[in-house]
Amino acid sequence: MSKQILINDLDKAGIDTLAGYKAHGGYTAIEKALKMKPEEIVEEVKKSGIRGRGGAGFPMGMKWSFIAKPPGVPRYLVCNADESEPGTFKDRYLMEKKPHILIEGMIISSFALGANTSYVYIRGEMMYVFHILEKAIQEAYDAGYLGKNILGSGYDLDLHVHCGAGAYICGEETGLIESLEGKRGNPRIKPPFPAVVGLYGCPTVVNNVESLANVAWIVNNSGDEYAKIGIGKSTGTKLISASGHINKPGVYEIELGVPVEEFIYSDDYCGGIRNGKKLKAVVAGGSSVPILPAELILKTAKGEPRLMSYESLSEGGFQTGTMLGSGGFIVMDEDTSIVKNLWNFTRFYHHESCGQCSPCREGTGWMEKILHKFLEGRATMADIDLLWDIQGKIEGKTICPLGEAAAWPVAAAIRHFRSEFEEYVKKGKYMTDVKHYYRINKLQEA
Amino acid sequence: MPKVTIDGKSIEVPEGTTILNAARMIGGDIVPPAMCYYSKLKTSGGYCRTCLVKVSKGSEKDPRPMPKLVPSCRQTVMDGMEVENITSPEVVEARAGITEFLLINHPLDCPICDQAGECHLQDLGYEHGKMKTRYEFKRREFEKIDIGDKIKLHMTRCILCYRCVKVADQLCSCRNHGVINRGDVAEISTYIENVVDKDMSGNMIDVCPVGALTDKTFRFKSRVWFTKPVDAHRTCDKCSGKVRLWYKGEEVLRVTARKDKYGEVEDWICNSCRFDHKKTSDWVLETPSHVDHHSVISANHYETEKALENLRSDIEKHQKHLKESKFALGQGVMNPNNQ
Repeated sequence: MSKQILINDLDKAGIDTLAGYKAHGGYTAIEKALKMKPEEIVEEVKKSGIRGRGGAGFPMGMKWSFIAKPPGVPRYLVCNADESEPGTFKDRYLMEKKPHILIEGMIISSFALGANTSYVYIRGEMMYVFHILEKAIQEAYDAGYLGKNILGSGYDLDLHVHCGAGAYICGEETGLIESLEGKRGNPRIKPPFPAVVGLYGCPTVVNNVESLANVAWIVNNSGDEYAKIGIGKSTGTKLISASGHINKPGVYEIELGVPVEEFIYSDDYCGGIRNGKKLKAVVAGGSSVPILPAELILKTAKGEPRLMSYESLSEGGFQTGTMLGSGGFIVMDEDTSIVKNLWNFTRFYHHESCGQCSPCREGTGWMEKILHKFLEGRATMADIDLLWDIQGKIEGKTICPLGEAAAWPVAAAIRHFRSEFEEYVKKGKYMTDVKHYYRINKLQEA
Repeated sequence: MPKVTIDGKSIEVPEGTTILNAARMIGGDIVPPAMCYYSKLKTSGGYCRTCLVKVSKGSEKDPRPMPKLVPSCRQTVMDGMEVENITSPEVVEARAGITEFLLINHPLDCPICDQAGECHLQDLGYEHGKMKTRYEFKRREFEKIDIGDKIKLHMTRCILCYRCVKVADQLCSCRNHGVINRGDVAEISTYIENVVDKDMSGNMIDVCPVGALTDKTFRFKSRVWFTKPVDAHRTCDKCSGKVRLWYKGEEVLRVTARKDKYGEVEDWICNSCRFDHKKTSDWVLETPSHVDHHSVISANHYETEKALENLRSDIEKHQKHLKESKFALGQGVMNPNNQ
């Protein structure tokens, strides 16, 4: 097993309570941090080289240093807990089992950024986690870690949990901010970026749960120590939500740089493919990243073993590579239908498009309908090219990255599994359960 | 003042000008089409993506090109910026793609639509659309809604430009309509049957780029190109009172605000001027209106020579386009029944 810093002590009793968390070394970083200068904390985070864990992988220290500091204007820290990417379920797990690691990280981060009010924006479906967090925050208030004059340092912080209404688009940072302000969760047009004009028009930093949970460890052990974990520019550990046709699905914390082959086949992690089947394809970072066939996910195009790191997974661009994304590792065995899987993803993006800009609003639905044709056995060869053309016209033309998220899986599936699409055209396979889906959801069939 | 070059034409513009407005200052063919941007409405623009352009040089300081196409209505210019609009094949292709997206769920009911003739989507379709659709599925359908006794909402025609929402936000005393639902079932709605009758709400009709919001006092009265536009004014305590009357014979069929060559109104007008004053005696007539943009309306009864010339060149252009695109009219999508 590689090094773990987030979920290493989940088996300890009472770790979800403040007392239990404190007994196992929690809330020590706050005392240290409050004696430091805010800039020193930002510097430590920069040194650690930690990259945002929400999907884009933007260096967190850099994001923090971008925040505008006009005098007399409040600043905000918002934790993005709107985890809704299909295949990703790490934040929910972390918040459920160890809510205080997030709260501690948020207190330190808010102090570093000079925010006196911070928010956790949590997805509406995760109501039970909302209650867990509420309880944990109350504990922290009672213990004096939140509220006025924290630990006698003169620093005030209020932490609120806000429950969204369950929209994928509110995981996009500006969509999240709009939703938090009480408006329709439409992503804003950038620039200006949230670091300048964010929540209520004030400078705001939006960070993922996992990113913020790492801050306490970085403060306790220094950024340099953190940078020693991992490989190259991918420092630290990463929570991977492993799902699909594997023997041991679940959330794993890995040191970045573990070979993909080891991750799939080792008993420490996924434990190999279910029922001794062969590996067909992997979606390495949540549904929006390009799917890769077995030969390309295990080895790069150059023949080097592929590692679980930001750089290694994206080696070869989208032609032969993919992205680490948010760490939703979906494994598919030889029996999986890529076309059907793609239809399912596209259906998701169609449903979650906010409808603000035209390429995404119209294109996602169109792609779903065409893929539905494939499953019904009514598609023609020309439809494959049409799909390719539509995804190209969505990618890069939209306001927010949802357009890309919808286009990339389609592009990758056609790029690597075109023969399977052709097979659907030739054999005219028919999927009855697709019809069933439409019926139970009272949707109009395409 | 920053200097920007658009399709090889340079201009110096004030700080904070958007690429689109800089292009409008230059004028001519290089102005990107805008379906959702409206210079008189704050925070409008950025949604429809028809005005995407390529920035091939960021600025004098940072000459790197921008990685993606940018919405010219929102992107402000930097000194030394170089922009490609119609000279970039990438932009032209993207625009054709956006036009296709906007049209796949559009009912193409121009023959019975009151907006026909002054519809921006129609213009966009002629300029960037294809002759044949690749969309073979059922188009999105909505019920027609009466929002108040003066405005009719045809949601099927809407392209969700958000202009009417911004009119309600910025001109009316309160907004009781908005966008509900999301994705391709998002719609303009009052949610629970409500009435949009705030003063100035009639301006929604003018800002609507398509026939989604139409004037109920004018519906089905006449095709716009059979009416004669005349500028007129009256003393009004709510608005400027500067309007355009549309005559058919002696009768004023409708009253609208005056629009410039980009289809944007010059002065907002109130509902009373728009809906209640439809007699010549209510108004002081000024002059026959000058319609600047390429449109069937510019072939009006006063400026035949120039307008006919424009029309002729347009027809020639489209005939050429037809020949090149290989599709004959009969089998194409010009007829919505062929869908």
